[in-house]
Amino acid sequence: MCGVYIHIPFCKRKCIYCDFYSVCGDDKLYSGFVSAVSNSIKRRSNKSIKVDTVYFGGGTPTVLKSSQLVSIMNTVKHNFDVSPNAEITVEANPCTVTEESLSELFNGGFNRISFGIQSAVDNELSALSRLHNYKQAKEAVFNAERAGFTNISADIMIGIIDQTRESLIDSIDKITSLPVSHISAYMLKVEENTPLDEMIKRDGSLLNSIADEDELAERYLLMTRLLEEKGFLQYEISNFAKTGFENRHNLKYWRCEEYLGFGPHAHSYFDNKRYFEDCGVLEFIKNNGEQEITYTDTDVDKAEEYIMLSLRLAEGLDADRLTRLDKEGRYKNIISNAEEINRLSGERLVNISRDGKNLSLTKRGFLVSNAVISRLLN
Amino acid sequence: MNKEQIRNFCIIAHIDHGKSTLADRILELTSSVELRDMEEQLLDNMDIERERGITIKARAVRLNYKAKNGETYVFNLIDTPGHVDFNYEVSRSLAACEGAILVVDASQGIEAQTLANTYLAIEHDLEVLPVVNKIDLPSADPQNACEEIENVIGIPALDAPRISAKMGINIEEVLERVITDIPAPKGDDNALLKALIFDSYYDQYKGVIIFVRVKEGTLKVGETIKMFATGAEFQTVEIGYMGATNLVPSGELKSGEVGYIAASIKDIGDTRVGDTVTSVEHPCSEPLEGYKKVNPMVYSGIYPTDGAKYPDLRDALEKLRLNDASLSFEPETSIALGFGFRCGFLGLLHMEIIAERLEREYNLDLITTAPSVIYRVTMTNGDVLYIDNPTNYPNLGLIASAEEPVVSADILTPSEFVGNIMELCQDRRGTFKDMKYLDETRVELHYELPLNEIVYDFFDALKSRTRGYASFDYEMKGYQESKLVKLDILLNGEVVDALSFIVHTDKAYARGRRICEKLKETIPRQLFEVPIQAAIGGKIIARETVKAMRKDVLAKCYGGDITRKKKLLEKQKEGKKKMRQLGSVEVPQEAFMSVLKLDE
Repeated sequence: MCGVYIHIPFCKRKCIYCDFYSVCGDDKLYSGFVSAVSNSIKRRSNKSIKVDTVYFGGGTPTVLKSSQLVSIMNTVKHNFDVSPNAEITVEANPCTVTEESLSELFNGGFNRISFGIQSAVDNELSALSRLHNYKQAKEAVFNAERAGFTNISADIMIGIIDQTRESLIDSIDKITSLPVSHISAYMLKVEENTPLDEMIKRDGSLLNSIADEDELAERYLLMTRLLEEKGFLQYEISNFAKTGFENRHNLKYWRCEEYLGFGPHAHSYFDNKRYFEDCGVLEFIKNNGEQEITYTDTDVDKAEEYIMLSLRLAEGLDADRLTRLDKEGRYKNIISNAEEINRLSGERLVNISRDGKNLSLTKRGFLVSNAVISRLLN
Repeated sequence: MNKEQIRNFCIIAHIDHGKSTLADRILELTSSVELRDMEEQLLDNMDIERERGITIKARAVRLNYKAKNGETYVFNLIDTPGHVDFNYEVSRSLAACEGAILVVDASQGIEAQTLANTYLAIEHDLEVLPVVNKIDLPSADPQNACEEIENVIGIPALDAPRISAKMGINIEEVLERVITDIPAPKGDDNALLKALIFDSYYDQYKGVIIFVRVKEGTLKVGETIKMFATGAEFQTVEIGYMGATNLVPSGELKSGEVGYIAASIKDIGDTRVGDTVTSVEHPCSEPLEGYKKVNPMVYSGIYPTDGAKYPDLRDALEKLRLNDASLSFEPETSIALGFGFRCGFLGLLHMEIIAERLEREYNLDLITTAPSVIYRVTMTNGDVLYIDNPTNYPNLGLIASAEEPVVSADILTPSEFVGNIMELCQDRRGTFKDMKYLDETRVELHYELPLNEIVYDFFDALKSRTRGYASFDYEMKGYQESKLVKLDILLNGEVVDALSFIVHTDKAYARGRRICEKLKETIPRQLFEVPIQAAIGGKIIARETVKAMRKDVLAKCYGGDITRKKKLLEKQKEGKKKMRQLGSVEVPQEAFMSVLKLDE
């Protein structure tokens, strides 16, 4: 089974912390884009590929008209073997949707929607330069529910300027009481060359209103506890879901399963190769989606990727699967190195199953997953 | 050649006072170098020298000058290192000369190093010709500079040439004064051969080239020569003088002349600088008065960051020693740093220059341990040990008494900074000797200071407390008894041998605390908590903790783009290479360096 990712690189306004690829397009670009991305899908058409998840990400996909999104979705259906019970997700900004537009999406086949809510506190939302306030976010979720969506996800952000533990608890309480079944929770990271990065460079005192490493860690642990108490179980470093509502599409990334990406900067992993459409949106439209693909990896080291990605998941790493992938036996010590594992589990960073066949990170371990994983890989 | 037409001289100047620029102008005026061949500042021919504006190794060049009286003179200009670390090399340059040009910056006056070298020249009975340079600067005060030379050094200077080497003003006056003020060499061409070796270097085709000043007799090609001290004998293959850009064979050198000998010498150890060259057939009975070999004063461990580069480091050190007999080294092993060398240096600058040359010319990444001096330890059983490596410092219980080297230091400074300097010297356990005003605004201070207090960062501290205006020079005075202890640094409970050092009891606590703080700043948070401790004997005197890392996570693999995550892991792998694994602790290379700079 394969996943399909469609990248919609437009936003109404770029958020100050965001370093993903998107532009503030105008309406005139949108139709050209829809045609280009549809053409790109047709070029790689293959009805023998079974697809069970489709994900429209961005940017903000819902800056496009619902009819345009549905039209792209139909193109996917015409060119790949999309299963009837496929999970079809669209990301949305609360202020870019209405009850009508949401109904149109639902009726057009979308069955999962992910809202970038971030916070239930309005001054935190404006500190992030988000366009919506919490009231709009709440309405958007209820509109989605009315439109028929039962699988609704909300983003929460930790470490927003001026956020306190109390305000975070407040946001979690409010957002989890909405009809949502999935939460993605991210820690604000000041990425280079973002407006936020520049703001801090200009005025270092801003850092005083952003939580430091230790405080962020505490808030993360606090949040995981609160979410689990409310029935949202952690299944990945940043993702929590009520049972059965895990995001099947994103799970493919972490389980090293195949997916095809369409749109500028969209990444694919297929046939043991990783590649992406390396061009800006204007070029993408100009080429009508017919540009060369850039390979980042033509002979994927499956064992290494499996270690790196599976340890992001609560289910962790399965020793037998690793052995099958690791033909040369380069990583066979990862689980068998008792001294190292004991050291890490002594610090409450990893769990090892009693039969020694499964290794996973603890919640503390998730927080320092880069360091733990790179230690294990060495 | 008529000896009356020869002048052998050197130039003494403080760093940046314009020695090399003056040398260049002299070369130009004597047309020794075609302009197109001129690289800026020709006499300094190592990159580091040019960048730092100092001359490390003595060089010599022969020039022809047509004087105003119509006669043509031969000038042998012998370059000298400006810094006190190279006193030994200065004195060997001086021994080949009859006179010295003293260059003083018209805006800055005399500096401590100039003073030391001028005294050295006077001790060698050299005629000193003062020259006031940089008169083109707006802040120049040549009159004051001249008065200062008279007051401080005590030589007549009111008629000193006032020049600008940079602008080429009055250079000819300097050359004319060389002829009138500096005496011609003396000597008898027919006497038994006596030539002084004042420098040498290794040429891969010709073997060791030795630079000599013939004092008595005549040196001829084909003759068999003998080194007085080593007894080694060689047949000369080539004899000549040093042109501005190449060696010029001349077949012979007579008394009073300066030149070179090539004699297929393979081992530079056979040609000790300061030794006398004589003839095997007609040897002289007494050698020339050489100069005493100075011993290294500062020691430090040098280790390759990549253990596999150990043989490369050894080769590089051996090559450097061919041209720098004052460098000494022997293998040593550190638990923390692996295989490396204990190196001995003349002083701090010498150490820095060697480390820099190893890194730059031989492309090596190095870790240098904290510099140490040589302690003299008398054991309870009466044995006397000389300890140049803190790791080897004996147990306190076995020590009857310990002594440390002390230097006599000379500091010249604008008077407004006297308070700051006294505070600094006090803090560094200095003993005040005396102080005198050179004029209304400049002061000369004398202190006795333990060498181990200045090997770390004294020079930097002095500069920062005097806005760079003070200058500093020192010479070895002797040993004095001292209360010394060995301070160990422990990471995660284990002693890191490369960080141990010897310190005076009174300063141990403060130093230990400061080092722990500094290490805490440099050691990154790791998955586990890392205790940093300072200990004397078994007793912990300071402690800091590097808290365990709390957050190191990439939140998203957005849209299936895992390249970021991969790059991050790659970066972490690269980062690990720059770390030393000490037990379970990863320590960045900078940590070893940071403890050298505690005064920040």
